[in-house]
Amino acid sequence: MTEQQTWITVGQRSDLIDGAGVGAQVDSDQVALFYLKKHNQLFAVGNLCPFNDLNIIARGIIGDIKGEPVVASPLHKEHFSLRDGHCLEQPEVRLPVWQVRLEGDVLQVMRPATQATSTSF
Amino acid sequence: MNKLNLVVIGNGMVGHHFLEQLAASSKAHAFQVTVIGEENYCAYDRVHLSEYFQGKSSDELALGSAKQYKDWGFKLHLGVKATAIEPCSRKVQLDDGTELSYDKLILATGSYPFVPPIEGSTLEHCFTYRTLTDLDAIRSSANAANTGVVIGGGLLGLEAAKALRDLDLDTFVVEHSPRLMNAQIDQEGGELLQEKIEALGVQVLTQRAAVRVTEGLGARLCVEFADGKKLETDLIVFSAGIRPRDELPRAAGLLLGERGGVAVDNYCQSSDPQILAIGEAAAWSNCCFGLVAPGYQMAKVALANLIGEELAFTGADMSTKLKLLGVDVGAIGDTQGNQNVGTKIYRYLDQISQHYRKMVVSADGQRLLGAILVGDNSYYDTLMQYYRNGLDLPAHPESLILPSQSGSTPLLGMAALPDSAIICSCHNVSKGDIVDCLQGGCASVAEVIELSRASTGCGGCSSQLKSLVEQQMAAMGMAVSSALCEHFAYTRQELEHMIRTESILNFNQLLERHGQGMGCDICKPTAANIFASVQNDFVLSADHLGLQDTNDAFLANMQKDGTYSVVPRIAGGEITPEMLILLGKVARDFGLYSKITGGQRIDLFGAELSQLPAIWQRLIEAGFETGQAYGKSVRTVKSCVGSAWCRYGVQDSVRLAIDLENRYKGIRAPHKLKFAVSGCTRECAEAQSKDFGVIATEKGWNLYVAGNGGMRPRHADLFAQDLDTDSLIRTIDRIMIFYIRTAGRLERTARWLESLEGGLEYLQKVILHDSLGLNADLDQQMAHLVASYQCEWQTTLNNPESLKRFRQTINSAGDDPQLLYVSERGQKRPANAQERAQHIPLVSV
Repeated sequence: MTEQQTWITVGQRSDLIDGAGVGAQVDSDQVALFYLKKHNQLFAVGNLCPFNDLNIIARGIIGDIKGEPVVASPLHKEHFSLRDGHCLEQPEVRLPVWQVRLEGDVLQVMRPATQATSTSF
Repeated sequence: MNKLNLVVIGNGMVGHHFLEQLAASSKAHAFQVTVIGEENYCAYDRVHLSEYFQGKSSDELALGSAKQYKDWGFKLHLGVKATAIEPCSRKVQLDDGTELSYDKLILATGSYPFVPPIEGSTLEHCFTYRTLTDLDAIRSSANAANTGVVIGGGLLGLEAAKALRDLDLDTFVVEHSPRLMNAQIDQEGGELLQEKIEALGVQVLTQRAAVRVTEGLGARLCVEFADGKKLETDLIVFSAGIRPRDELPRAAGLLLGERGGVAVDNYCQSSDPQILAIGEAAAWSNCCFGLVAPGYQMAKVALANLIGEELAFTGADMSTKLKLLGVDVGAIGDTQGNQNVGTKIYRYLDQISQHYRKMVVSADGQRLLGAILVGDNSYYDTLMQYYRNGLDLPAHPESLILPSQSGSTPLLGMAALPDSAIICSCHNVSKGDIVDCLQGGCASVAEVIELSRASTGCGGCSSQLKSLVEQQMAAMGMAVSSALCEHFAYTRQELEHMIRTESILNFNQLLERHGQGMGCDICKPTAANIFASVQNDFVLSADHLGLQDTNDAFLANMQKDGTYSVVPRIAGGEITPEMLILLGKVARDFGLYSKITGGQRIDLFGAELSQLPAIWQRLIEAGFETGQAYGKSVRTVKSCVGSAWCRYGVQDSVRLAIDLENRYKGIRAPHKLKFAVSGCTRECAEAQSKDFGVIATEKGWNLYVAGNGGMRPRHADLFAQDLDTDSLIRTIDRIMIFYIRTAGRLERTARWLESLEGGLEYLQKVILHDSLGLNADLDQQMAHLVASYQCEWQTTLNNPESLKRFRQTINSAGDDPQLLYVSERGQKRPANAQERAQHIPLVSV
């Protein structure tokens, strides 16, 4: 297992907000973490919006479009899939998707396996 | 194969329609087409010409464009006039010296405004009202003018009067016959119309024949009448009817109609077999038609004639419904009852509400032959269907024009109409055509319009079209697209009603009872907004936090670089020097860019997410509270300095502005609400461009509603006059709650009032006369909203759970390193792309 594929602790269960997002810092990258208590679901994608290079994805509204769970970037409302990161309006634009878990009350993320650093492309 | 050389003279609405039909036909390739237009503009929408003065541009009025004609392969010559037709040699001469040959010639030259032959009618500042060029000239003349006179009280004259009033002129309409709209309505209708128009501030002079125009003494011009009276004015618009443009065919020796116009047969063919005429220039059975629908019909007939199809013109229905100066007028068929034998009449006149309705029926009382409406056109569509389709009248025909009791209007259900019933007479679209559109895959009103073109002519059928499409879609089991989004099959109004009447408290309940899926960035903020307008709970409570839109979610306005601006409330724009200094200190200490807003307060830009609580801590300690600039809510009440200081002020506008702002602050509505209070009629606070505008009078306050600046400015409507302060507040309370209950998603008051059925008059009945019996309920809701106000920033600072999200990340306190500023005019601003490139080394991906 390489260094990139270890679980990194970023916070506690209490740092999460039901139905909304928060950001977390991992080295020079930020991750957006979304929590849906009702469905016991956690999502983690890159916090950097590829359309404006701002770390704001965690501030977006989450929901679904035709069943696909999405977050809407707060500035101009582009929708990104929370499952695979692709942008519904421009599928070639993607957010990196992180792995995320709660170990008890400890909140952990793991870098996307395919990328050394999570920049947008 | 040789192409047929087709020349079209005239590029107005009908000429353009003909070309559009030709381009769409499968025989288009058989023609080489040349189009001559005298105006410099490609065809535009003359029916809606007066909207030019309400801000519509010539581009928005345009029907066609040079590019479109090029795409069609048609040669278009604009700004060129045909000077002669030579039928023997089949040639047309143009004023630029060109000579065109034709195999077939279409005359679509339209008509010209008739100017009565009176002395002085060609003086400077005398105009006609037909072309964009006319309107430009009127506008520039009106710049330095105070008064305007329209000669002619017909349909076009009243359109022109509206235009002059929109240009802020004191407007007079002069009509030589005893009533307005002589051709369409009767004496009672005319008198009522006159009363209504005069109440709107347009003076009407009937039975006055202008005989001379001279230079004025106190104004630019003076109109002299046959009875010796005089009227001074700064400009005159002649609108005394139209005459066909038939000078070319006349000189060429073609047969003309008895009252002018090119005589045509049922196939639009003139006395020369190679020449056809359509639109207002054509006289069919000695009759010229001054409406667009018959013109479009002729265009279709002429095209059929050219390509060898069978279609005949068999006369036209001149029924029409209009809004003249905001007054509904409708005329159907035989309005005077003199075109048929033995007609009988039903009549309803209400001089209090100023409504007049009349039905002309056949001798046996079975069929509707004609009708007149003044004041309320909501009866038109049903009457029109009885008339046009020759339906048997119902058991009590009078119910068709009597005011409805508690909403039991005897509307003729769309289902009862035969498929052949024409819905859009401009484009000849029947009910059957619309059903075909829906069966062919259209799934919304917009798609039906795009395919069928219904309602894109005069627009008179749009409400009927909408209800037909929605009713048909419902009957076919299709979802009507008034759904808010894929999660709720309801409009905002319907959701508001459910949330209020079922006491739904949060989004999960709403979703479980009435929605599906998880919700989205459309329905969540909409629901959050309704919860705030109904319950007014804290917007960042656990239930509501995830629903809030970008700005509401952090109680600040997100800017292009992801930072926020902060706006404390400065009620009425009044601020003490101490508070001003404190605000300056906060801005300086946090390094915020400062700017005065249009709403008389101060906006502090460049605050990072994590700085917001600290900034607000300082502001609230100093005595400020949130300004709710981030919400779809009441923003500011702008004021002039009023009677306290101003030597013209008649009331204390600052006090009222502060009181209003403090009463309504924080109330969330379908969209932002702006207020202003002016202390006298000089109107320095620009109240008439606000959602709620108040102007002081000697006796109290005048209330204006539904004004708007922005992309589509709208002058506010005068709602009530000379109110005392308590009545004013009660009236605003009720209008505001009624707006909150009935407006669409993100619908400002201006658009809301425009689309409110019955318009201003209806709203006045609801609010001032309690016609729906709602007022007690409206008052109660407002009392709750006022009593439950809280400074959302104060609540946030008191609540550690709410503060959690005001962190860029949960595991470091650091600022966002992405941010970069440059200095400009002594303050900071976000670096632009170029500046960023110079400062930040590019990271390769």
